[in-house]
Formats: sequence, C-alpha cells, structure tokens
Amino acid sequence: MVILIYSEKSELALELLTAARVLGKDIGTDINALSINNDIQAEELAAAGVKTYSIKNSAINLADTASVAGGVYKAAMQLDASLVLLASNRRGKELAGRLAQKLDAGCLTDVNGLQVINEKVQCTRNTLGGATIATQQIESNRQVIALAPHSFTAAAHLEGGVIQDLTIEAEASPIILIESRSKTGDVVDIEAADILVVVGQGMEKDDMVLAESIAKTLGGELACSKPVATDKKWLTEDRIIGLSGKKCKPQLAIILGVSGQVQFTVGIRDAHTIVAINNDENAYILQMADYAMVADLKVILPQLHKALG
Amino acid sequence: MKIVVAVKQVPDLQQVRIRNRQPVLDGVPFTLGKIDKNAMEAGVQLKEASGSNLIVLSVGNEEVEETIKEALAAGADEAYLVLDNKLVDMESSFSASLIAAAVKKIEDVGLVIFGEGSGDNYSGQVGSRAAEILGLPQVGCVCQIELEGSRVRITRSLEDSEEVLEVQLPVVVCVLGDINEPRIPSVTQILKAGRKPQEIIELSDLDLDLSAAKKVTTLNNLAPENDRKRVAVKTVEDLVSALQAEGFMGRK
Repeated sequence: MVILIYSEKSELALELLTAARVLGKDIGTDINALSINNDIQAEELAAAGVKTYSIKNSAINLADTASVAGGVYKAAMQLDASLVLLASNRRGKELAGRLAQKLDAGCLTDVNGLQVINEKVQCTRNTLGGATIATQQIESNRQVIALAPHSFTAAAHLEGGVIQDLTIEAEASPIILIESRSKTGDVVDIEAADILVVVGQGMEKDDMVLAESIAKTLGGELACSKPVATDKKWLTEDRIIGLSGKKCKPQLAIILGVSGQVQFTVGIRDAHTIVAINNDENAYILQMADYAMVADLKVILPQLHKALG
Repeated sequence: MKIVVAVKQVPDLQQVRIRNRQPVLDGVPFTLGKIDKNAMEAGVQLKEASGSNLIVLSVGNEEVEETIKEALAAGADEAYLVLDNKLVDMESSFSASLIAAAVKKIEDVGLVIFGEGSGDNYSGQVGSRAAEILGLPQVGCVCQIELEGSRVRITRSLEDSEEVLEVQLPVVVCVLGDINEPRIPSVTQILKAGRKPQEIIELSDLDLDLSAAKKVTTLNNLAPENDRKRVAVKTVEDLVSALQAEGFMGRK
C-alpha cells in the first residue's frame, strides 16, 4: 500500500509518519511525505527518515483549501497513493473532505486510533457528540484518513530520508489573503499539560484566582468547559475542553463545577486520573471520576488552596 | 442574490441514553444540529445586511419537514428539501452529492453556508465535498463574513491565528459555533414558520447515481467503558492524601 502523508504543520506531519509506520508493521507500505512550498518542513520530514516530496509552486495558496486539495490530489495520483493521511487540525479537517471528493475516496476525520485487521485499516472516532466511540473502516479503493492531533507521538530523527522535488501544475487561486494575524491573548497549549485544573459554570468568577493558583501550585494549567470561555469569557478559547475544543489526556485532571455533559467529557475522558468536585451529587462528572467530592466550591476551594499551599 | 444555508437534522443528543454501552435512539426527537443554528443565524444576519433571499436546504426523511420549521422560524424565507424515507444514516459523500445537486436547482446562489460539523457525527466533510462537486471556492472555520457587493470578506479562525480572506462570489463557507449567538425566534416567527413555502425535491428529480457503493462501514458504535475508581472523598484532607498517594504532589 502506498501511503502519502501531508500536514502544513511539521509537528503533526511527524505524528502522521508514526501512524503510517504503525500501519506499515501489518501491511507492506511505501510511505511518502509531502511538503508544499516549505523547504524547512521538507528537511524536517526527511530528517525523520521518510522519502519526502517537495512541491514548489507559488500558485498553490495555503489559504485556499481547493488549491491545496488540488496539489495533494495530483501528488497522490502521481505516486499512486491509495491512503492519504492528514492531520485533523482545523486546516487538515477542511482539506480532508475536499481531497476525498476529488479522489472519490471514503474519508474519516478526527480519527484517534488505527489498527489493521484483515488488511483493512480500522479507525476509531467519537460519534453522537462524543457519547459513543465508533469503529469504522473505509471500503473504497482510495482512502483519506485525518488523524486527531496528538493521537500518535511525533517521529524522531532517523537516517535514510531523502527529499525529491515534485512538479505539480496549479491554477491561480481565486482567494486573496488580506491579512494573517496571530491570536492575541495568552495562547496556551493545554494538550501538552500533565496536570489540568478545569473550571465550569459551577464556579464563581471570584474563585477563578484560587483555581489558577491551585493549577500553578501543582505545576499545571487552567482549562475550562466551553461556556466559561464563549459565554462568560473568563478564559480564552484555547483553553476549552470538549468536542469543539481540545481533547486532552493529562496525568491528572481536577474538574471543578462542571456537570459533565458528554460534549465536555469527550475532551477529558482519556485523563489518567480524574478528580471531580461538584455541589450536585447527581452531576454525571462524579461518575466518571476516580476521586469524587460533593461539596460547595465556595467553601472547598479556599481549603484546598491552603492545603496545597 | 440568494443565500443558501444547508442544515442537517440530528437526534436531540441531550435525550440519547446509553444502555449496555449501546446508544438508544428510539423515540429521540430530531432537532437541528447546534452549529447549524449558528449557520442559520449567520445567514439571517447577511440577509438583513444585504436584502438577499435566504433559503434553508436539507436532505433526509419526511421528519425533516417538521424539523426545518426551526430554521424557517429563525428567519429563512423558504425551504428546499430533498425528502425520502431512504435518506437516513447517509454517509458524508452521499449527503454532499444530494446537497450539491439541490443547490444546482436554485438560481443566483451567492453563498452556501454550512456549520463546520453536524451535531451527531461532527465529521465536517459535507461542506468541503459539496464545494468540490459545485466547483466553488470554500473557506472553513469561519468566524466572520462581510458581503461587499459581489465579493465577500471572510475571517477564518485557526488554532493559533486568524486569516482575513477575500473572494468573488459564489463561495461555500463553513462557520464555527462561536461565530454568533443565535437569536431565539419570537412566537410570531414560530407561527409564521409553518406557512412559509417548502419546495420538496424528489430523489428522482436529481441527476444522481443512487446505487454508488458505500464508502465507509461502521463495525460497531459503543459508549466507552467506565473503569474509574469512583472513590467518594469527604474532606479536603482526604483529597490531598489521595493526590499524594498518586504522586501528584510536589511535582513543580
């Protein structure tokens, strides 16, 4: 099977390489990486030991999904790749559908696990808003699979990689990039944190400072359920955990005042240890905790803060 | 100009129960996907700003006729529906081909708006696939749309950056759930919704190959196993001891 991996983010492309190698253990694979208008990335990928095709064509516009899909499509056809692995970050997920349509391929996005059974790639992903985990497989000859970020570790340095230029024709893009700006505020990577203190709507704003201090004391980061960022705006959106936020697997999650709807729990249920504190004894979050405490946060947080001191 | 918002009816996820790790969907009512409501609101705001005609488009079984009233109450002028009781559990590639075929039946379409993912499957493919079938440019993860005559300025929100883009209409956009806060329709709007025109399109009216093989199969779909310890902790002291025992103290 010829696999082509592509992500505009090198770190994610290296995760795809690990996934491709996992598949390669079970089915004979020829793994190829692709980089588009990015010499540094081509070198990073080749340094991880993979044959890397480098497209240099300024007509391919990274901000234009159709344009990128056209480039990846042509590369997949030239290399006769039957499986294209993409990252399921925002750009990758947008690309997946368009590329799959061009390839007449079945496609699965947000895939968080892969295994080969009877020479078929079985994928796991969340469905029904995260209430269930489906095992699915693609039946068409060509497949596009977009892997959720951090489902695999990034491939390390390895000898044997080469860079080869790939010539791909492209039409002018109709999309004009007027401006690209970094998101303001404290951009934090909660997915990388070992310990998370997660706050929900059961918290009072005055107590946020305590939660933050507890996170700091433990050497962790502060995260939140969606409404805390989007409705209350106490924290920035990059700290949201859940279906439409980040999916984190910290060693420890201390969850404060979150009821535990599945749209939230899907983002934290892979934590190693979960502590939940909630004043509602029927809150679902208490059922999915290793240590569950029914208590008033107003009373408990100052005590916990002091005890961790 | 017409603005089309494509929406999907999904089971009301709040009412889905799990029994023996299996989701129980019997008797669960349908509703519009959560982000689809944001897509509708985006369409309504653009309609108000530009005086366009707003069409809501959906495909599915006959229950869509009822579900779509939510979108008509939210401000769509009319509905285009591809209805057939065979249209359940459709895979993304099939939904996209139906939606694209229906869009082709509507004249003077400037914008086709999707939510970035459906409430149930959240696969996020349909908008991208439909854009490809229609041969239109697309922008996803959209947090802002401004019409400027025959062009549109769109802001795409990525994990760590935002890009402001400009493109000539027509275009397909997929909006994020935080693009807006959908307004709650008034009683008058809800009452009017039932009287707004609904154009029903038969499957046979669409130029489609319905026999295409399934591209994806679902082998199983189960709730995750809960293997948590579920220790009830009474005091802060006990909690701190537990954290100590697990080795989480003094890491910093």
